[in-house]
Amino acid sequence: MPDQSDDIVPQYYEDVPLEDDYLIQVPEIVMLDDEFVDLETEVKIVSEMGIRTKKRTIEGDVLIVGAGISGMQAALDVADKGYRVVLVDKSSTIGGNMVKLDKTFPTNDCSICTSAPKMVEVSRHPNITLLTYSELAGLDGEAGDFTAHVFRKSKYVDPDKCTGCDDCTEVCPIEVISPFEEKLAKRKAIYIEFPQAVPIVYTIDYENCVGCGACERVCEPNAISFLEKSDDIEVKVGSVIVATGYEVFEPLEMRQEYGYGKYPNVITAMQFERLLSSFGPTEGKAKRPSDGEKPKSIAWIQCVGSRSKQLGFPYCSRVCCMYATKEAAITKEAEPDTDMTIFYMDLRAYGKDFQEYYDNAKELGVRYIRGRPSSVYQNEDKSITIRYMDTHTREVTEKTVDLLVLSTAIMPSKDNKRLAEVLGIEVDESGFLKSESILSDPIQSTRKGVYLAGCNQGAKDIPDSVAMGSGAAAKAMVPIKDREQVVPAEPVPEKDVKGEPPRIGVFICHCGKNIASYVDVASVTDYAVTLPNVVYTTHEMFACSEDIQKKIKEKIEEEGLNRIIVAACSPRTHGPLFEDTMAEAGLNKYLFEMANIRNQCSWVHSHEPEKATQKSKDLIRMSVVKSALLEPLEERESDVIPKTLVIGGGLSGMRAAIALADMNIDTFIIEREKELGGNLKDLHSLFPSEIEASEIVNPLIERIKNDPHITVYTETELLGVDGFIGNFTAKIKAGEEEMELQFGTVIIATGFREINLDGRYGYGTSPKIVTQMDLEKKMKDGTLDKVKNVVMINCAGAMDEERPYCCRIGCGVAIKNAHLLKGLNPNAEITLLYRDIRVFGKDEEEYFANVIENDGVKIVRYLKEEQPDVSVDEDGNVTVTVKDAVYGDELTLTADLVVLTAQTEGGVETEKIKKMLKVPTGSGGFFTEAHAKIRPLDFASDGVYVSGSAHYPKNLADSIAQAEGAASRASIPILQGIVKGEGIISRIDPDKCSGCGLCVEVCPYGALQLDEDLKIAVVNVTLCKGCGACSGACPSGSARQMGYRDNQILAMLGSAMISGD
Amino acid sequence: MEDEGGAKESWEPKIIGFFCNWCSYAGADLAGTSRIQYPTTIRIIKVMCSGRVNPQFVLKAFQEGADGVLVSGCHPGDCHYIEGNYHARRKLTLMEDLLEFTGVDPSRFQMSWVSASEGQKFAEVVTEFTERIKKLGPQTKLSGGEG
Repeated sequence: MPDQSDDIVPQYYEDVPLEDDYLIQVPEIVMLDDEFVDLETEVKIVSEMGIRTKKRTIEGDVLIVGAGISGMQAALDVADKGYRVVLVDKSSTIGGNMVKLDKTFPTNDCSICTSAPKMVEVSRHPNITLLTYSELAGLDGEAGDFTAHVFRKSKYVDPDKCTGCDDCTEVCPIEVISPFEEKLAKRKAIYIEFPQAVPIVYTIDYENCVGCGACERVCEPNAISFLEKSDDIEVKVGSVIVATGYEVFEPLEMRQEYGYGKYPNVITAMQFERLLSSFGPTEGKAKRPSDGEKPKSIAWIQCVGSRSKQLGFPYCSRVCCMYATKEAAITKEAEPDTDMTIFYMDLRAYGKDFQEYYDNAKELGVRYIRGRPSSVYQNEDKSITIRYMDTHTREVTEKTVDLLVLSTAIMPSKDNKRLAEVLGIEVDESGFLKSESILSDPIQSTRKGVYLAGCNQGAKDIPDSVAMGSGAAAKAMVPIKDREQVVPAEPVPEKDVKGEPPRIGVFICHCGKNIASYVDVASVTDYAVTLPNVVYTTHEMFACSEDIQKKIKEKIEEEGLNRIIVAACSPRTHGPLFEDTMAEAGLNKYLFEMANIRNQCSWVHSHEPEKATQKSKDLIRMSVVKSALLEPLEERESDVIPKTLVIGGGLSGMRAAIALADMNIDTFIIEREKELGGNLKDLHSLFPSEIEASEIVNPLIERIKNDPHITVYTETELLGVDGFIGNFTAKIKAGEEEMELQFGTVIIATGFREINLDGRYGYGTSPKIVTQMDLEKKMKDGTLDKVKNVVMINCAGAMDEERPYCCRIGCGVAIKNAHLLKGLNPNAEITLLYRDIRVFGKDEEEYFANVIENDGVKIVRYLKEEQPDVSVDEDGNVTVTVKDAVYGDELTLTADLVVLTAQTEGGVETEKIKKMLKVPTGSGGFFTEAHAKIRPLDFASDGVYVSGSAHYPKNLADSIAQAEGAASRASIPILQGIVKGEGIISRIDPDKCSGCGLCVEVCPYGALQLDEDLKIAVVNVTLCKGCGACSGACPSGSARQMGYRDNQILAMLGSAMISGD
Repeated sequence: MEDEGGAKESWEPKIIGFFCNWCSYAGADLAGTSRIQYPTTIRIIKVMCSGRVNPQFVLKAFQEGADGVLVSGCHPGDCHYIEGNYHARRKLTLMEDLLEFTGVDPSRFQMSWVSASEGQKFAEVVTEFTERIKKLGPQTKLSGGEG
């Protein structure tokens, strides 16, 4: 995006002609310049193409501004519910910041690999209209009836004609510093941001284009049109979701002591991500900008621009500790001899599996030094020397590294003020968009009908952004819930290919350089064409890109293909994309096979290119023989009971039920306790504020009582759950009465609890030793005696061998309670023992800084190996001894009250629910979502969703966003009305079955039964999940797992042994 | 046996892997994402669950000339289909006796538990298994060939 727009006061007035709009000034001047008269001759041709001059109007239901991961998720959630989305992004592609990242913590998933399928899904969704290179310029009307004005800048390239061939960039003489590559590389004045961009249409950057026409002359499909005008589009919608993301702080003015912009080998972490990215400027190799050499030592400085009111922003940027850890660990794994150091203040590894990830990085040899460097200087060899004080040794010393990476702050988008004005919403003091209430309605903006998602109100990691995107998709339903849904287009009629000889098409992917650098794709392609039944082969830069989907469809027609094989990455991530493409071409999606030549070949045999090439041929051959034996399978459709069961009536369960009720969907809440409210009803107040918990929880309970859509069962036990998505039955025992509930989807919201400290830290030996939860209750009931000397011990029972994880909320709770105790007795001496203060994100850090500054709470750091000791003497006096890790002193503290911030674990019913709903749990007994990054609310099993602390402990705002997100996910099957079953199920060959009953015994779902009359086994196809256990056990070969039949697997086996060529 | 393996320096064993879709296949994918290098000896056949693996597949693999067969599923307790890996374990433990009976060294057959997050472990399993098969040399009992 041109920077120019930042300087001009952005305005939009109805009466100002478009030509005068700030965005178009430059292009128009360029066009009218006499220099370009030679273009005049082209005018006629262009005008024949038809230039839009009239105002376009798009009718939609929800407008979404910003197509990063959060906006895309919101768009998909709304569109899947059957409503029309208009998705606007100012960039020429969708994808946002996430696509710039190399991998994502804490699972090391490749970022582009997880976001690209979502991007393609968005661009292909029939209910989504995509407006890229466009900005929101106005919003009139009110919730339920908005008229938005969207200014779509011309790309000067016809999207229908552009094939993404890249010929234009080769001839373009103008080089421009690439903002996508974080200024590390150049692009041309005609460009796409990155190879997997969606839509794959080139864009002419008018500010830099000199109008030489070179691109136009080489463009074979005649896609370039210099006279194509920008246009002003009117979008009519009922609600608006704003998901405009963040920018990264550039330490050019503030924090210039770290030498960014002055020394070439000082870069930002985002720049380092681009270096690590396989499609970045160095193709995934960490190189020093000064000489392109491999750095032998790298250091990171954390909190550059964060956690400082004077030199940046007061808040914590929430993600930097983990991305620095990730960058260091990945580089260390690839280059074990490189020296890695991270300079940090507090290491905030607060989320699910973060602490373990951090521990692993330390084991790999990443060094963590606690201290904020004061300055850096450059040496003659361009290496960088960092001056710092290690707060543990209190020594001021220096360290020299080849490359210095600055973990710079996540900051509000510079466009936020203009955007807020346009939208009629407010910004906060830092410039982030403001939520109506961070504690009770984080997604609601300050204007009715306008909702917020992602990082535009503060930094978030990817799963939190995704969850909030889904949450916004639930809220955005409120103003439009009474509208008619879009009637889905009839699916492309399926071609009957039964009996046809197989005609296989093989599409081989380069995956940029990921495959092509190690596997000779041309030779693999030449080989594939020689295989039996293969009639078409090709190799492509990115098989998952949009143009290749188009090509696959074309080739199915042209070549009469009836089987498709894609040799690329993993079917687990990309299979569904290609299957959809086939369905669009009328081919049954079960006629698809994938050969995994990236994850299981090129990436793991990169030192042995010849063998990798051979293996790729083998894998493709194996797929080809299986493909020839594939048969079309049918997915049974079944109706969805339009109700949701919410297990757990705590905050997140209640919020999920309310969000569903707001969409006119009936819910049942079942709660073990007598009252709704969960942990919240026992809490005194909620951080980062002093708002009493009852102020939050009571209105919710009241609302639920009066909501006709919600039925509550308290003192209720779940006895069992049967069924599958769309059609579940639960047996419950409400009081003494047993009954059955029927519903289509389930949300697990069973929360968390403090662990049993079991005598550790003297817990249970003295009334003076309590947990934070005990303290909350005492404060709430007013039974807390006046205390003078208080010691709080954070991480009690946490981050040790038994429970290696961080509880995410303890630091915030402890600081709030320290503040409250100080309020009760201003003379109280409060000492907080901590390992790292993990008050992450916006608001929490500021709250913490304020408490430390104004309340005089003393904080003492201790190390994992030097746990504090709590002892109680005969007279009942409590003493805490601890070694101060910063000053090295042994402290002995007498205490009237010791408050233990106890580790947390999953709710008490976790084990039971896990078995009933067949969903997994991980560390600490918290439920494991389908994908840690991009599917945080779903389970691998359909129709079951997770929300709130059942997933992992979290604060109020995150819990609410997640609960509303889970409600959105759970409502999708209900609003769609039907679900499609599995095609991969088992069938019994009645002629072969001897009725031995082995399959009945091994089936975990009770899907097989012996027919008493026929004396053979029969399959209940709605219960069958397609595991194939019956086929594995069947001695006669009569139990057939469709898609994995014996003959298919045996054919693969046989072909695996033949030598490639 | 050892002589045989030692004699052919360039000989590469052929290993067939049956990997469950949910854990082990994903673990193999993760080894890729993490760029962990391992020998090119294995050809993976994806099945939905390790419980799908019929003993016939193992015998057939040896007949077709495989030098080793590896079956891998979710860790005990983690099966996506609740108990498929237990069935696999029970069935395939018996497999070892059957192999012994047919004259194939049972150590040419292995079961392992690799979760979706164990890319490193997956690579180790393949590397160690390859080393073992290399020592055993080509499998000729069932394939009938000379290796």
